[in-house]
Amino acid sequence: MTKIHVTTTVNGDETEFLCDPRETLLDVLRDRLNLTGAKEGCGTGDCGACSVTMEGRLVCSCLVLGAEAEGKDIATVEGIADGDTLHPLQRKFIEHAALQCGICTPGILVAAKSLLEKNPDPSETEVRYWLAGNLCRCTGYDKIIRAVMDAATEMREAS
Amino acid sequence: MALDDRKSDFTFIGTRPDRPDGLDKVTGRAKFGADAVAPGMLFGAIVRSPHAHARIVKIDTSKAEAMKGVKAVVTRADFATGLTGEFWNVQENVMAGDTALYDGHAVAAVAANSALDARDAAKLIEIEYEVLPHVTDVDKAMEADAPVIRDGTADGSVPEGMHPNVVRYHESGHGDVAAGFAAADLVIEDSFKTEATHQGYIEPHACLASLGADGKGELWCTTQGHWYAQKHCAALLGIETSQLRVTASEIGGGFGGKTTVFIEPVALALSRKANRPVKMVMSRSEVLRATGPTSSTSMDVKIGMTKDGTITAAEGVFRLQGGAFPGAPMEFTAMCAFAPYALENVRQVGYDVIANRPKQAAYRAPGSPMAAFAVESVIDLLCQQLDLDPVEVRLKNASKKGTKASYGPRFDDIGLVECLEAARDHPHYSAQLEQGQGRGISCGFWFNHGGETSVSLALSEDGTVQVSVGTPDIGGSRASMALMASETLGIPYENIRVTIADTATLGYNDVSHGSRVTYASGLATIKAAQAAIAEMCKRAAAKWGIPEDAVKWEDGCAVPSGPNAGDFEPLAMADITADMGATGGPISGHFEATPEGAGVSFGVHIVDAQVDPETGKTSIPRYTVIQDAGKAIHPAYVEGQFQGGAAQGIGWALNEEYVYGEDGRLQNAVFLDYRIPVASDLPMIDTVIVEVPNPGHPYGVRGVGETGIVPPLAAIANAVSRAAGVRMFELPMSPPRILAALKADG
Amino acid sequence: MVEVNLWSGLRSLTGGKQVVEVEASTVGEVLSGLVKAYPQLKGPIEAGVSVAVDGRIIASGLTEPVSPGSEVYLMQRLKGG
Repeated sequence: MTKIHVTTTVNGDETEFLCDPRETLLDVLRDRLNLTGAKEGCGTGDCGACSVTMEGRLVCSCLVLGAEAEGKDIATVEGIADGDTLHPLQRKFIEHAALQCGICTPGILVAAKSLLEKNPDPSETEVRYWLAGNLCRCTGYDKIIRAVMDAATEMREAS
Repeated sequence: MALDDRKSDFTFIGTRPDRPDGLDKVTGRAKFGADAVAPGMLFGAIVRSPHAHARIVKIDTSKAEAMKGVKAVVTRADFATGLTGEFWNVQENVMAGDTALYDGHAVAAVAANSALDARDAAKLIEIEYEVLPHVTDVDKAMEADAPVIRDGTADGSVPEGMHPNVVRYHESGHGDVAAGFAAADLVIEDSFKTEATHQGYIEPHACLASLGADGKGELWCTTQGHWYAQKHCAALLGIETSQLRVTASEIGGGFGGKTTVFIEPVALALSRKANRPVKMVMSRSEVLRATGPTSSTSMDVKIGMTKDGTITAAEGVFRLQGGAFPGAPMEFTAMCAFAPYALENVRQVGYDVIANRPKQAAYRAPGSPMAAFAVESVIDLLCQQLDLDPVEVRLKNASKKGTKASYGPRFDDIGLVECLEAARDHPHYSAQLEQGQGRGISCGFWFNHGGETSVSLALSEDGTVQVSVGTPDIGGSRASMALMASETLGIPYENIRVTIADTATLGYNDVSHGSRVTYASGLATIKAAQAAIAEMCKRAAAKWGIPEDAVKWEDGCAVPSGPNAGDFEPLAMADITADMGATGGPISGHFEATPEGAGVSFGVHIVDAQVDPETGKTSIPRYTVIQDAGKAIHPAYVEGQFQGGAAQGIGWALNEEYVYGEDGRLQNAVFLDYRIPVASDLPMIDTVIVEVPNPGHPYGVRGVGETGIVPPLAAIANAVSRAAGVRMFELPMSPPRILAALKADG
Repeated sequence: MVEVNLWSGLRSLTGGKQVVEVEASTVGEVLSGLVKAYPQLKGPIEAGVSVAVDGRIIASGLTEPVSPGSEVYLMQRLKGG
């Protein structure tokens, strides 16, 4: 099948790739651009492990075609830290033991960052509903919610 | 040196340092099963049976083989022959032989240049089936007219006259249950059912396999046990075990479901045929249709009690359906069922029943949660009818040290009474309930496990330490190992690097299961560190010219000890390792054994449930987990195990179930329809860590991974039944079932 | 002699006995002694058993010691998730 040429921006870097029209953005990120931080847990948009932002909007990259990335600005978990400085969410996830196996962590970090950009002072309920599209089977979410709330507090105090 | 002394005051253990793999996991650089690549790599795809039970008449692979980009097609003919026992069962499950035994059973596989090509090629493989009658329900599979699934599977334990689908039988107990029931003031007997649930790990099975015609291979896979994978893949492929090197990737959850192999032998077979590396990744629907799940159950439980709350006798019959293969953990269901209670008269019976469903896999305390659901529901009914406090009744009957367990032997040090007392004294237990809410409690029991264990610990010249363990780290165990090594050696946590070694660089290790990792790999890490300490003391003695036994290890240093040792400045680890090459060679410690002191585990959960009578929907406003950890090495990750077990139990109790249609096909093979708890479904989950040290571990550790899923089913059923005012006998307690129960109750 | 308590499901293989005596000083000798005395126990023992000695559950070790006074229970092989 003829491949499509796509020019896009990923984590601030202008990027080009060729993809099959059937390939998802997740396939492209993982298999063509070597950005394996986004994970495939279901392929049907139910688990959120593949969460990225496109033009600042939180999406399941398994539900976006690679070709749709043309001209768009994509951000993945690999772009959250600033060089060797971790984002407060990343630090708080480690500090609160908010991960066990860690497979859902990239998606949850992307989703939580997106929440805090829109709502710097979310309630526990707001965090729970925002993250309801990100499945975690290990933690029972308790420590994840605490880590996000704590990161939000720290970010508010710093700003 | 008194190295074997049990320790109870700790410097590092019990603290909450950052986990060593934390940075990798929050930046996306941790490499999981699907994250590996190899030069020249192909992609594999599997063709699966759409039928619950069908004879495979013919497989025509010619069109697929003719497709551009296809490099290999395999069927059962490409695997070893003549296997027996569990190797045979695993092989039958990994790739069907004459008969497809369940919807989703693998029948053929293909490798091609791209994942898309492989998927297209799979569709070109033509399979002719002769559809056979099927059965998926446990009770129906035992009925006289049920289709016989694999005749001759039953072993010698099954009583005569049973249907051939009953393949194993267990019976145990002691005392005289009839006399016990006669002595009771109230006897309650009820029947219960639970549906199969899936372990639900978010990472699907994935592997990268490379095998040559010379019988030498490499396998990278997400697994709870890479030595298990090595042994089983080698057997299924007909190669020598040591010629296959298996590396465990980071593992994205397992919960028992990754204690066996599925796609790994298939990828190796494709690789051998194509002479290229082959990557395979399951879709979620493949995971749900063809891996896991738990057994479904049908249970009868009868318990007698006096007016003061003393249990006089207990009896249970537990029927477990484990798919089309023997191995449903009915003996654990039976043995765990009444273990929390000191009973003079007890009898438990288990049936292992086969049906046209995928081969059940272990799921966190396999078999025990269902038993607790039935037993603890009946105890709750007795408490309600005799107007007794549920915690006091359980305390009155609780097993303690010296109690003859329902499964036979006497208990050593256990923490059930301490857990129940903590429950009674917890503010949650006495908190006011709101309108429409009910409170439930339940005990839970699990055996825990030791298992074959090898650990190697190597010192570096700068005085830092590398620890190689063989148990994949599912929930932060590298942090626990580093803490135990640091405590033993007396050096900072940060000076230790723990790695999960591959099968070529360490001796055999049993799977990460049975809550064994912190216990067994931890014990082995401590013993390996002690071996290194003994060697360092020897080097110090030689340097000082004093006897070896005149040197002891203290706070990370060799120091002279005893009246005649002389006066020398302590030698720190780094002082000894700096010139170890010249003082006798590199220093390492290692330990290989099968530790047999895992010790059993108890927990108690308290839960409040709110039932909406209009919709039948249950919410969980409050949840508390209390469990004996022996000694919590890294308390944050112990809490995490408690919370995770509770959350999975909430899903099992309220929502999760395998739904089979009349056609024997799984109806809900995606996460949208197989709905596991999401963040907005759950409350914060409070935890209390009880510590009754396990005498079988130098620091008192008791595994904590599994017990946390045992009480929730029952605790929630008790809470829901009290909230709704009607007893629930079947899981999950989904809104339709609750509405039906409310309606039946009028 | 060591008294070995079987699970009651095995009674059909031992002529109705749930407690049997064998000459043994290790777990391994308990198992071989059982098979010698009751050849029909070979199947279930080979299928995998654990042995509890004085309350300690030995999952698989054959060299663990037992003595005449030991409380010995045969159990089905332990495993986990």
